[in-house]
Amino acid sequence: MRPVYAISGGVSKFAKARPDKTFQAIIKEAYDYAIADIGLDFPTFTRVVDGSVASYFSDHFSRQLMAGIMAQDYLGLCPKPGHRVEGGGATGGICFQEAWKSVASGHMDVCVAYGFETMSHVETWKGNEFIALASDVSLDYPVGGFYSGYYAMMVTRHMKEFGTTPEQLAHVSVKNYINAFHNPYVQKSQRITIEDVRNAPMVAWPLTRLDICVMSDGAAVTILCSEEGLKKLEAAGAKVASPLVKVTGIGRGTDMMRMADRPHMDYDFFMENYATEQEKSSDETKAYYKKLWEHGTRYPGVHSFRAGRTAGNMAWKHAGIQDPLRELDFVELHDAYTSSEIQTYEDLGLCRYGEGGPFAESGKTFLPNIDYGLKLKDKPVCAVNPSGGLIACGHPVGATGLMQGVFAIWQLQGTIQKHFRDDQLQVKDAKRGAIHSHAGTGTYVTVSVLERED
Amino acid sequence: MAKLPSQREETLGGYIVHGIPFPVSMDEEALEFLKKMAPIQIEQEYKITYLHSYGQDSPWFAALTNKRLLASRDPASGYTTANPRGHDMYSGNETKWIDITNVPAKVHAFTVCYFGSEEFLPECPFVLALIEFEGVNTLLLTRLMGVDPDAPSLDWIGMEVSPRFLRNSKLKPTDVYFIPNAAE
Repeated sequence: MRPVYAISGGVSKFAKARPDKTFQAIIKEAYDYAIADIGLDFPTFTRVVDGSVASYFSDHFSRQLMAGIMAQDYLGLCPKPGHRVEGGGATGGICFQEAWKSVASGHMDVCVAYGFETMSHVETWKGNEFIALASDVSLDYPVGGFYSGYYAMMVTRHMKEFGTTPEQLAHVSVKNYINAFHNPYVQKSQRITIEDVRNAPMVAWPLTRLDICVMSDGAAVTILCSEEGLKKLEAAGAKVASPLVKVTGIGRGTDMMRMADRPHMDYDFFMENYATEQEKSSDETKAYYKKLWEHGTRYPGVHSFRAGRTAGNMAWKHAGIQDPLRELDFVELHDAYTSSEIQTYEDLGLCRYGEGGPFAESGKTFLPNIDYGLKLKDKPVCAVNPSGGLIACGHPVGATGLMQGVFAIWQLQGTIQKHFRDDQLQVKDAKRGAIHSHAGTGTYVTVSVLERED
Repeated sequence: MAKLPSQREETLGGYIVHGIPFPVSMDEEALEFLKKMAPIQIEQEYKITYLHSYGQDSPWFAALTNKRLLASRDPASGYTTANPRGHDMYSGNETKWIDITNVPAKVHAFTVCYFGSEEFLPECPFVLALIEFEGVNTLLLTRLMGVDPDAPSLDWIGMEVSPRFLRNSKLKPTDVYFIPNAAE
């Protein structure tokens, strides 16, 4: 595999509804931005780019099959190679990685990854129904198909096993919504308190409306290239931001479609197959986990995502990361629910399993220069969802994982001020970050590591 | 005092329109003006009836109509899944059916859904639960009845429960639901 650079990106404004444009034209907003940001015009980029990967989750929302080729067509990319990927909520993350593969394998020198979702074409509760069709339609959906319900069951188990509290979940919502004040691309920003989150309408106990991301219309685009691709782009007149951003780690994991079917593994199997290198090397952590298992914890059960742990471990190994909390400057992760951000802290090894609740309220994942109105015990260590995450940005599914890629590129380029017209969310001297994309009840998860070249 | 709604509920539907305002002459100014027009949005109905097969899982549903709850077991390892599964995920072996109707069961996790997907909105609030069974390695997603949806409690986890079956089967997994043993 050869080095792959993530050189540019663009994001359309995420909104509850974008009836002003078709999905192709919304993608083009993000596409044009990404091209302009490297100083090229449309025909020149079209000449140099080798192909594409398209990302959208559901044919139901647009009632259109083969929407990918309609975007390819609108973007003037025909007859170059392209294909559509789909993997639920992780579709965007998978798209980013498939573009990486196209370049890393030598198949393409310049590959553009574009994704979208237009979820406003149906009413909210019908949209929830479409999303719930991403659960087994024989055995899960008919019982009361509702993703917020599925995640709320994970929460009650997490609370029972580990003592996690709804107020700890609410810290995630407060952090992400307040971060979003400085990101012009978000669907919604609001200055809220823990009490606001808890007093919001209850959706699926204990998750309230402010614990849950919203449906959106939107698109995002990233441009990836090899060293040869970079030369071709520069020869065509491109001015790529320096220092370059390189993709240094790729990981992906899967789990059962039916959450009920997930295994409940014993301590030894967990330690051998799923513990992080850091966990394996610590006698104190091994003793901590032994105690959890003695109290009945089994892995992954419904409280944890082994797909996330698998993807994280794979990506960390690829990127040479031993301690993700201290070796990553930021993580843009898939916070479709406040609870899933907490679960993901644990899966990615930012904290140990069972400690996600206290970790969420510790302050370690907050930004240092923003007033959250909270008394935080610890200083920031690794910003999680400095963009506002899915909770505030919105979740136009096929675009979401690519949006994370775009924000990560801008963080590492140090160009947040340029793109957001505000530098509050710029992680100071960001050298390495991760993006995490997540599907279903944890069925597909991708983790990609991006680094600034020195 | 309860908070009163400040917005009317939005629904689709309305008048059928047979004409949309449009410039009467196609001069340059009129054509340029078209760029400033709001988008046209139309309703498209999409209805379809699927002939869905439960395939190798069909006996599981047939059992529910006869007030029995089945599980799938690997004959070699004994690994047992509460959901029907034709082949074991570890060995690849074809599984056998076992009857778990009277196996002791407990609530493993739950939630109360106060909102839901469109199809289930009329049933809100309802309780979803994952049930664990003695001697069974995985869980079953089901509805939990006999608990107060307005007073959810973590104490429900670990509560002993038993299956109940619809008298008039719908051939859906909701033909079985669970109630606390204490409610019997």
